[in-house]
This record gives sequence, C-alpha cells and structure tokens, in this order.
Amino acid sequence: MAKKVLEVKNLSVSFHTFGGEVQAVRDVNFDVHERETLAIVGESGSGKSVTVQSVMQLIDMPPGEFKSGEVLLEGEDLIQKTAKQMEGIRGKEMGMIFQDPMTSLNPTMKIGRQITEGLIKHQGLSKTEAKKRGIDLLKLVGIPNPERRIDQYPHEFSGGMRQRAIIAIALSCNPRMLIADEPTTALDVTIQAQILDLLRDIQEETNTAIVLITHDLGVVANAASRVAVMYGGKIVETGTVDEIFYDAKHPYTWGLLGSMPKLHAETEELHSIPGTPPDLKDPPKGCPFAARCPYAMKVCENNMPDYTENSPTHKAACWLQDERAPKVEPPEDVLAGGAKQS
Amino acid sequence: MLRYLLKRFGYIVVSLLFITTITFFLMQAVPGGPFASERKLPPKIEQQMEEAYGLNDPVYVQYVDYLKNAAQGDFGPSYKYKGQSVTGIIKRSFPYSLILGAEAIFLALAVGIFLGVIAALYHNKFGDYAAMIFAVLGISVPSFILAAVLQYVFALKLQVLPVAKFDTFWHTVLPAIALATTPLAFIARLMRSSMIDVLSSDYIKTARAKGISSKVTIYRHGIRNAILPVISYLGPLVVAILTGSFIIEKIFAIPGLGNEFVESVTNRDFTVIMGTTVFFSVLLLFSILIVDIIYGFIDPRIKITEKQGGDA
Amino acid sequence: MSQSQLNQTDFEPIEYEAAEAEKISGQSTSYWKDAWRRFRKNKLALASIIVIILLGLMAAFGTVLSGQNYFDNDLISANKPVSGGHWFGTDNLGRDIFARTWYGARISLFIGLSAAFIDLVIGVIWGSVSGYVGGKVDEYMMRIADILTGVPYLLVVVLLTVIMPRGLWSIIIAMTITGWINMARIVRGEVYRLKTEEYVMAAKSLGAKATRIMWKHLIPNMLGPIIVTLTLTIPNAIFTEAFLSFLGLGVPQPQASWGTMTSDALDSLRYYPYQLLFPAFFICLTMLAFNVIGDGLRDALDPKDRS
Repeated sequence: MAKKVLEVKNLSVSFHTFGGEVQAVRDVNFDVHERETLAIVGESGSGKSVTVQSVMQLIDMPPGEFKSGEVLLEGEDLIQKTAKQMEGIRGKEMGMIFQDPMTSLNPTMKIGRQITEGLIKHQGLSKTEAKKRGIDLLKLVGIPNPERRIDQYPHEFSGGMRQRAIIAIALSCNPRMLIADEPTTALDVTIQAQILDLLRDIQEETNTAIVLITHDLGVVANAASRVAVMYGGKIVETGTVDEIFYDAKHPYTWGLLGSMPKLHAETEELHSIPGTPPDLKDPPKGCPFAARCPYAMKVCENNMPDYTENSPTHKAACWLQDERAPKVEPPEDVLAGGAKQS
Repeated sequence: MLRYLLKRFGYIVVSLLFITTITFFLMQAVPGGPFASERKLPPKIEQQMEEAYGLNDPVYVQYVDYLKNAAQGDFGPSYKYKGQSVTGIIKRSFPYSLILGAEAIFLALAVGIFLGVIAALYHNKFGDYAAMIFAVLGISVPSFILAAVLQYVFALKLQVLPVAKFDTFWHTVLPAIALATTPLAFIARLMRSSMIDVLSSDYIKTARAKGISSKVTIYRHGIRNAILPVISYLGPLVVAILTGSFIIEKIFAIPGLGNEFVESVTNRDFTVIMGTTVFFSVLLLFSILIVDIIYGFIDPRIKITEKQGGDA
Repeated sequence: MSQSQLNQTDFEPIEYEAAEAEKISGQSTSYWKDAWRRFRKNKLALASIIVIILLGLMAAFGTVLSGQNYFDNDLISANKPVSGGHWFGTDNLGRDIFARTWYGARISLFIGLSAAFIDLVIGVIWGSVSGYVGGKVDEYMMRIADILTGVPYLLVVVLLTVIMPRGLWSIIIAMTITGWINMARIVRGEVYRLKTEEYVMAAKSLGAKATRIMWKHLIPNMLGPIIVTLTLTIPNAIFTEAFLSFLGLGVPQPQASWGTMTSDALDSLRYYPYQLLFPAFFICLTMLAFNVIGDGLRDALDPKDRS
C-alpha cells in the first residue's frame, strides 16, 4: 500500500465579507498517496480552489478563517505551522501550479531567475549550480534549447511552453506533492494532452503525489487515478476513476457525466444541470445539491446525508443510498463508460 | 536602437522648429514693439534702437536670422538687460533651477513611491486612508499656496529655516518641498493603485507558492512591476517641476531660470521669452526621450528594436 | 440529526421544478442606479457636494450678506484684522475682504467652470470624430494633439496671456486652446472601445447616420468617463487661474479673483497673514471638493471596484 502523502481531515474554511460569512469549504476529507493522481472535480464556486489553497496556506487570514480541521503532510499538521515554517515547506515539500500560464509568471524577470529563486532559497545552491539545475529542469519538461531559453523572458515563450516552465518551477526542489489548479484549462486541446502526459511521466519518475483540480471530465479520464467530486463546499462522492465513470452513485456526478459530450451517444441533446450553485453565505441545512436534484426527497432538504461506503475506495453522500429510499437508476447514457474512451 | 534614436531626434527637431516658429510669431503679434512700455523714448532714438536690433527688416528675414542663430545657441541679446545675452542669462540662472529641480524630483519620487507602497500594503486599513488623505490634500493645495504657508510657518514664525534666496542647502529645503508636494501626491496614488493591481496578480501567488518570503516577494516581484507606471510618469513629472519653478522661484527669490522667465514676461523682454521657451522645450523633449529609453530597459516586453521570440 | 429520528415518509420524493432551480434572487439594478448607490456610500464625496453647493450660494449671495461691497476704498481702515464690521478683515486699500472673497469666488468659479466646459465641448467633438472615423483622419488629428502637448500647458497659457489684453476672457481662451486635449484623448479611447460593440454595428447596418450613432449610442455610454474627466478638469482650471494671477497675469483691478487676492497678499504675509489665508483657503477647499467628487465618481462608475 503506497504511503499517504497528504491527509485532509474535517477541513472547514470560511471568508468574512461585507455580506456575511461565506462558508467556502465545509467539513472536507480526502487523502492522496505517492504516485497517485487525485482529481477534484466541480463547478466554479464549489470550493475546489479554496480547498487546495488552504492546504498550501495561501489564503489570507483575515478575511479567511480556518474554522476546523487538520491538514497532514506526511503526518505533520500544516495548520499548526507558523508562517515562516510554511515558507520553508511551500516550494520545497509541496509545489503548486495555477491556471493561467499567461499571468502566472513575473513578466519582468527572466525565466531562469524564477526557477533558481526557489532552488537558492530551499536548497542553498549557488547561482551557477542553480542555473545548471534550471537548465536540466527545462530539459526535463521538454523545452528545447534550454541553455538559451533560461535567459529569456516569459513573453518570449508560448502558452504551452510557459506552463511547462511553471511545472519545472514547481518541481524544482523535488516536492512530495504537486497541486495543479486547472493546469490545462487555458490551453489548446493538443497542448493539454502534452501537458497531462508530461505530468504523468514526471510522476512515474519521481513518485510525486498529484492533486489535479479540473471541471473537465475528459482531463479526469486521461490523467487521474482517483476522483473527488465537490459541490457547495462539500465532497459529495469519492472513488477510483473506474468507479466514478462506471458506477457513480451521486445525482450530481450523474449530472456531470451526462453533460459531457460523447462520441457514441445516442441522444442528440446535451444534458445540463439547470440552476445555479447554492449561496454559501447561507448554506442549505441539508444536502447542498437538493435544490437542483431531480431525485430530491423530503429528507434531503433538512438533513445532511452521511457517507455510504460502496467499497473501500468508493464513498458517496446521498440519501438515495439509504435503504428506506426508493431505488433510483442513473439516466440512460450517463454511465456505461462511453466517457472513458473519448 | 540607432534607428529608433534617429527617428526620435527627427521628431524633436520638427517639434522644436514648430515651437520656435509659433513663439516667434506670437511675439510679433504683441501690440507695440519691445520698447513700447519703457519711458517714452525720443522717436529718433527709438528708431535707432529698432534699427540696431534688426527690427525693421521684413518679418521673414528676422525669422530666418533667428533660426540660424538659435541653431548655434545664440538667442540674441536681452532687450531689457543691456549688455546681457539671452544665452548668458540662461547659463547663469539655469544651475539654480537645476539643483532645486533635482531635489524636488528626488523628494517626489522617494517619498511618493514609499507612501504608495505603504498604502497598498495596508490597503483599506489605517495606513492606506492616512496616506490617501495626504495625497488628495497634496493635489488640492497649489504649490504656491503651500510655499506661502511654509514660508510663514517655518521661516517667519518659527524661524528655523531661511525665508528666501539661495545661499546654503537649507535655503533649498522649503522651495523643494513646495515644488515636490503635488507631484509627490500623484506618484503616491499612482504607485498605490499599481501596487494593489500587481499584488493581486497570479505571479505573486506563484512566488508565494514557491515559499518565497513575503518581504522578498513584495520587493522582488511586486515593486519591480508596480513601478512601471511611475516611470512613465517621469516625463510629466519633469514638466510639473519645471512649470512649478516659475512661481516657487519668485516667492523664494531664487535667481533661477524660472524666475528669469517670469521677469521677462512681466518686462515683455521678447528675446528672453523666446530663448527660455525654446530652452525649456529642448529640456523637456530630451527628458521624455530619456524616460522612454529608461522604460525600454526596465520593461523587457518593450523591445525597441528586437523581434519577439516564441516557438511552441 | 441521527438516522433513527427519520421515518419512511421522509424519503418521499419532492416535486422537481427545473424552472424553480433557475430562479435568481436579489433585484437587478441599472448601471446608473448601481453607480449612485456606490457613490452614496462615499461620505467624503457627499460632503464635498454640499460644500460646492454652499460655495455656489455664497458666491451668488455672499456679497450682500455683510453689507459691504468689494471695491470701496477706505484707507483709514486699511489692513484691519478680523472684526465685527469686517468679518474677514480689510486689505491694504481698506476694502472688505469678506465681500471681495465672495466676489472673487464668482470670478474664479466662472473661469474654472467655463474653461472646463469649453474643454469638454471641443474635446468631445474632436475625440468623437477622430475615434469614430478612424484611419488617416484619426492619425492626423491625434498627431496634431500630440504636437500641441509638446509644449507644457502652463507655458502655453502664460505665453498666450502675454500677447492678449488682460481680462477674463483672455484667460479663459488661453486656458482652453490646449486644455481640451486630455478630454479628446479619453473620448477617443472610449469611442474606439465602443465602436466594436454590437449595438453600434447593428445601428450602422441599419443605415443610421454617423452623427445619430454618435449622439444616441456612443455619447450616452461614454458619459461616465466624460463626467469624471470634467469634474477633475475644474480644479485644474482654478489652479491655472491662480497660477496666472501669481505671475501678474490675472484679472485686472478692481476686479478680484481668489488668485489675485492671494497673490496681492503675499508681500504683506508677515504682518497680515489673514489677507492671504482666506482666499487661499477657499482655493484649496474648492479644489479639494472637486477632486474628492471626481475620485468618488470614478470609483462609483468603474465596475472594477475592488471592495
């Protein structure tokens, strides 16, 4: 059994705004192991980004606030760390890459310097040593002519190359875990595939655990080993990729799977999930998805469902799993694995 | 780079030509000659003087003569100060203005940038409000009113600083403060909004995600990018200091070029008016050129001649 | 809530209305109502509007209040400090400063507002035409504007006032000959931005004339930046008038403006500071008020507001 790298327990994070307290992350639990890619899926506003930024302790507190929970990186609780200690951990034990490669790099600083900055700080390398390592890193992520590129500025790189450089920066100090927040959303489809392949290759070489945030199930099918589905600040279902694509139990997951365009589908219309996510200033007492769920029952409105284990790796929080609930089958072409092949 | 410089020089020459021409013909438009306001001269002597100064030649001859001389740095004699050439007046008085101006520019940049950064770091907290109230006051109090108040409080009442003239460094303190305050306020506001924008950008998040300490992030990644708009402002800054000097030098009795310009305006000393106008324009056009070049060096996205790279 | 408290009836399905799910809560407001709401929150800006209104009223009626007028010389009562008979004291010719302050207010405010307004008209026309027509016309029009800004504004103003006879309108004309350029640049930028919006293209394709498009579609959508620029031009104009007065190029005697009053009082600053204090204070107050209002408008009308 592979080693657990990250374990998040009962994490709750809120923001204090002019309009009130926004409960962005509510009692979230998940873990990630070595050599494993966990995908966190959900709509905008589901809390995915806030969750991982809280793991990295990148949220400003105030206006943010840790309401409860633990974030264990190989056993050590990050929430208890001081700011200075976190500065030593970020970039060294954990790396993060963000969504938009066009704006994630300092436009007035050479790429080389942006890579070596972390190396010099965390590993105490000299400038020349760090530069050499930087060139190696650029080579590793597939950037041609690294000796020349390392002295260039971001605007001289294309979007795909910038994202590669960003990955190089994140991996420079051999972190045990990499968090990728929608790393391919801003890229062309062909480049997307290259970046995902790159991540997979690197993972095989270095055994890094990867947390991949995305709203694109195609990316999930391509790159993930396990999936956590988030909605309204909560995780509503987790499982292996197969379990989620072939045997999902939560109506929201069905909705996500159903709204993916599939090559082999028989119906012509694309399903979408009508409605909008709940207002997290005043979150619903019960299941967050109840207002939009076609299968909602009376119990769903006022009672938060517990997790039901379908297998050691597959959990879903839904009242439909309760024995007293009517038996419901997911809609026709939602499952059946058509998604995995596209 | 060379081509760019040549192009800019070309523009400067055209602008100068334009300015000189307009000023020349403006001065021709004033009713009465340059000697009209003096005590009534006997007509014969007035005629002789006009002859001596070449004022009886047709206008276009005067114009071409003027251009020829100006290109060689000779702006003619002063009509009011007998025996002094305009160039001589400029040479004598400009150093004072230069020193005062340099002090004011330094003050405006140093304090303005500092205040702007502080305001951004303490955004929406007390430091921000205090700095911004100071800034809006700085913009709303004209430099000459501030000069009068400073003179009154520090020189006349408290007697800690000299009232006027330019004998020691301490003499430059009050005028420099008066000159610098309004541009300082502009710079503070500019730096603040630029810094706030930069601090919320993605590459700052990336830097923090690398574990770079917040102090280093602010300085190395933040200020470096936030300062770009302030550099663009350097051109207007020089303009503000230059025009501000007209009144500040007058109030503090500093024998600088601004004061000479004001005197020449009051005295209708046309050659001095034209000469100083041209000189000011030269100063400004070159300042703007230098600022553009500096900006090109600091912002790597602005390449003055090279092509942009980027293969996939 | 524990599982045991639930019974079978709780598991009955609820009626599902797809339409219900799409319901949006919260009222929608128009752009202007929204902006006004944001502006209202800015206490300083609201206070400044009140200040301007009060200044305007005093400018209109202030001279009548004290019973004195602005030009009566009374050398016996020269240089008297604040007193019951002269609320702001008297100047070196024995004239009542209170009355002169409010008379001067009219002049200063008139110059400031006229110059700003003329700049507005010329700038909007120049910028709209340049931006809308585009191409070579735009290039030349903007090239002219660039050359005109080559010489510093105040320098131009000074030179022009030198050659014109001293007077109110000379000052205003001198200020507006190059003062419109800033407004023109902003308007041009806005027109460029709006030109490519769909409703403009739609109007064009329906055959609407250029002037109609400009008047009905472009200008209403540019009002925000135009109003902000106008509000911020006014203090600049008041400053320029005071600047000219300090150089001896202001309105001639016995007219007075805040600028000439401040300048005249400079020599006797040591002995009679109040003579400078009052007009100077009102110059600063007026500039401050308009600056604060302008800032407030800019924040209220800019949807990128961060708070």
